[in-house]
Amino acid sequence: MMKQWQVAKRILPLLAVFSLLLSACGREDLSVMKPQGPVAQGQYDLMKLSITIMIVVLIIVFAIAAYVLIRFRRRAGQNEVPEQVEGNFKLEVIWTAIPLLLVIVLAVPTVKTIFAQGEDLSNDKNAIQVKVTSHQYWWEFTYPQYDVTTAQDLIIPTGKKIAFELKTADVLHSFWVPSLAGKMDTNPDGTLNKFSFSAPNEGVYRGKCAELCGRSHAFMEFKVKAVSQESFDKWVNEMKAPAVLPEDTQLAEKFKTNCLSCHAVGDQGGPVAPNLTGIGGKQSVAGILLNQGEGQEDGNSVLDNMKEWLHDPQSVKPGNTMPNPKDLGLTDEEIDGIAEYLANYKLDYE
Amino acid sequence: MDWITTVDHKKIAVLYLIAGGFFFGIGGIEAILIRIQLMKPMNDFVSAQVFNELITMHGTTMIFLGVMPIIFAVMNAVVPLQIGARDVAFPFVNALGFWTFLFGGLLLNLSWVMGGAPDAGWTSYTPLSGSEYSGTHGVDFYTIGLQIAGLGTLIGGINFLATIITMRAPGMSYMRMPMFTWTTFITSAIILFAFPAITVGLVLLTFDRILGANFFDVAGGGNPVLWQHIFWIFGHPEVYILILPAFGIISEVIPTFARKRLFGYSSMVFATILIAFLGFMVWAHHMFTTGLGTVANALFSISTMLIAVPTGIKIFNWLFTMWGGQIRFTAANLFAVGFVPTFVMGGVTGVMLASAPADFQFHDTYFVVAHFHYVIVGGLVLGLFSGLHYWWPKMFGRVLSETLGKWTFWTFMIGFQLTFFVQHFLGLMGMQRRIVTYLPNQDFDLLNLVSSVGAFLMGVGVIMFLVNIVITTRKPADAPNDPWEDGRTLEWSIPSPPPEYNFKQTPLVRGIDAYWKEKMAGHTEMTPAEPVGSIHMPSATPLPFVMSVGIFIAGLGLMFSKDDFGNAFMNGLFNNYIVVIIGLLITFGAMALRSLYDDHGWHIEPEDQDEKGVRT
Ligand code: HEM
Ligand SMILES: [Cu+2]
Repeated sequence: MMKQWQVAKRILPLLAVFSLLLSACGREDLSVMKPQGPVAQGQYDLMKLSITIMIVVLIIVFAIAAYVLIRFRRRAGQNEVPEQVEGNFKLEVIWTAIPLLLVIVLAVPTVKTIFAQGEDLSNDKNAIQVKVTSHQYWWEFTYPQYDVTTAQDLIIPTGKKIAFELKTADVLHSFWVPSLAGKMDTNPDGTLNKFSFSAPNEGVYRGKCAELCGRSHAFMEFKVKAVSQESFDKWVNEMKAPAVLPEDTQLAEKFKTNCLSCHAVGDQGGPVAPNLTGIGGKQSVAGILLNQGEGQEDGNSVLDNMKEWLHDPQSVKPGNTMPNPKDLGLTDEEIDGIAEYLANYKLDYE
Repeated sequence: MDWITTVDHKKIAVLYLIAGGFFFGIGGIEAILIRIQLMKPMNDFVSAQVFNELITMHGTTMIFLGVMPIIFAVMNAVVPLQIGARDVAFPFVNALGFWTFLFGGLLLNLSWVMGGAPDAGWTSYTPLSGSEYSGTHGVDFYTIGLQIAGLGTLIGGINFLATIITMRAPGMSYMRMPMFTWTTFITSAIILFAFPAITVGLVLLTFDRILGANFFDVAGGGNPVLWQHIFWIFGHPEVYILILPAFGIISEVIPTFARKRLFGYSSMVFATILIAFLGFMVWAHHMFTTGLGTVANALFSISTMLIAVPTGIKIFNWLFTMWGGQIRFTAANLFAVGFVPTFVMGGVTGVMLASAPADFQFHDTYFVVAHFHYVIVGGLVLGLFSGLHYWWPKMFGRVLSETLGKWTFWTFMIGFQLTFFVQHFLGLMGMQRRIVTYLPNQDFDLLNLVSSVGAFLMGVGVIMFLVNIVITTRKPADAPNDPWEDGRTLEWSIPSPPPEYNFKQTPLVRGIDAYWKEKMAGHTEMTPAEPVGSIHMPSATPLPFVMSVGIFIAGLGLMFSKDDFGNAFMNGLFNNYIVVIIGLLITFGAMALRSLYDDHGWHIEPEDQDEKGVRT
């Protein structure tokens, strides 16, 4: 017993070093190993437990292997035949029992977490309900309690539980914000998924689509922006304010006929494509062209990104369903004008 | 011509090896292209479409057309010899299995030149793989190519079952069977139960795509999650189809080069059976994030973790086989010894994945890519390299160069660890899998570069192995019966390569490790169980080849049956299913010929029974 504790004492610092190493990995707004909310934290705790168990297993196996390989190599002139051992019942029982024990140690908290995190909050009055609809290749977020719809940036108040209901408009996608919670698939009607998370700290967290969904799967990113409750309320109000249209009436007309047939701003337009209300203030254009801002080291200006997108959406997200504005009959100047208008369309809520 | 008509299990093994090696090469090139693309952020070496085709074909090719046939090659070469048989139970069917596999594989790879490879991932999840979202013929190549290739696998599996059940030499009870034969037996049983699932799945998907059915289409009352269940009910056991033979190889190589019998033989057998059984109970662990509900997730979590128990038994048994032995580090044994820790790595990350809430984070990330490559490459491919170095002299009568073999091992092993170890961290840091590129400054850049460099090293290792083969083939075939000197099982008691009929006289088996037992008793040969006599052999026949060609033509015909070729003649041929019918007529014609024409085979008389094989 004493001896075993000695061994454990030696392993412990190793583990400490290892967990340090682990948590040194990745960005706070993205890495699974730097959880920023209770759900991700619970999952990370399980991962740490399993990793610890597994490292102990690895150390034991590697140690035995190293010992055997060094100690029992065949030496020159060694010709007598080694004893042909059949097996050893006791030993075999031991190495059946030990893995079984380890599995139980891991299985118990696993099952506990499964049930704890599987709670359905869709009728919880205190939770913010969000319906997530995934499209090739963009994300739509609807807040039924507030009658607000937005895209690409999911705005949430800190500390509140967010109850998601997920569905897809086309193929399967998977909704994943590593630093806040594990992923959940978006299935078609009939097999809708629910889950929830919360973000105690203000900040912007990177989200990804995690299920192969076609050509632009890699570019189907989104951001979760956690803001204070007041900011959130302000944001909701701003979202519901009447639309701001380009000042140049001719341009406004072009924008209405060509763009609002699919997109919406404020109270105008349609739901086929991402809602553009306040798009100039978002973290990215099209989810993937990062706008300059905190934590976005090589973001370009909103305007540059907007122009890049509008001049050739296919080169940014191959296979997406937005028509090229040029093909809609817009001139380069008009496109730049619309880009400028959109880049300056910001909501004031922070 | 000889090769097209052969029904000899040893030649079919060589065919499987060449074809499997060829596809493995294609899959490897695809892997290298993927890694070049991912070497740096926002790279545009390939387009997003081509990238999706590359990952899809890489996964599909490696699993179905690369490693499976090489496993079949080793099984064909070794199992009849290990059980003291003169061939497999159904030599004709054995040849048929090979040719359907080959033509299925060729059909699948034709997609690269015939207008677009499949692009929905090797799992081909619906609706992405439906005709609405995958408009080229890519996925049709996938469904029909795999269907034909899968037919070959199923046939092969059934053949091995029959062979092992009925053709063991006198005295070889089940509990005296060599471990590789045991794992072949269990693998074949898994094939028998798992492949019908994928067969049905592929038929349903074909119907959806080509005939407009609605099995997986919500709008038509179908359910896309159904595909996932069908796919994984096959797909999970498939993993065990791959890894169990590797377990078998390791269980042969380690005892030979430790000069000790396998530790805990009966617990090994028991563990193998248990793994196969549990393998069927855990398919939904690929679907935790699909939303099965808490109870299902809990049950599948626990049943998955349980697999660690029999696997652990195996690992410790191997380690204790070496304990007290006299280990020789031949190339074959280096691969076997390298297998153990590498596979343990893949195993422990498997247990981590089994914890459903944690899997919500791991799933569909590079952590998973790392995990299954540790199992498949670190387990199976190392196992195959080990087995090939080990049995090469038996198959070809020439011992592979040991020096080159060791170089192969070290380059491949170091390259492998570089490639895949860092991917665990990439996954944890938030990198999803199957992405054509990634934004810079997410801490992904350096690790991806390391991973790509490792992949090149692995490529170099594989090339060294090929060089080794070429060099060795040019040397005379003079390997002794028992080139490792410590061979334990029956195959080492006969010449290398074996004569056409394998055993002049069927041997009498007196215990586990039959040949070793005789050697220890001071004998140099097995005691025969029968007098020297005339040996009955099956006739060579081109019919299996012809039947497969027919299926291949029918498959192509079905795929293009809805196309407009802009040419009345071609339209008429395809749209009226005439090509399909021609193909099927060829196949059924060959079958009829086979049934109507009695072929009694031929005999080798004792005076013609020369000792050594006459092949390459
Ligand atoms: C040179 C060795 C190899 C390298 C460098 C390599 C690399 C890769 C990479 C980068 C991916 C793509 C990951 C993703 O984005 O999803 C991948 C996927 C895959 N690989 Fe490998 N691989 C190698 C060998 C193998 C072998 C030998 C097998 C199986 C026998 C295999 C099976 C798979 C499978 C099943 C996938 C998933 C494909 C899919 O997502 O549809 N790989 N590999
Ligand atoms: Cu996606």
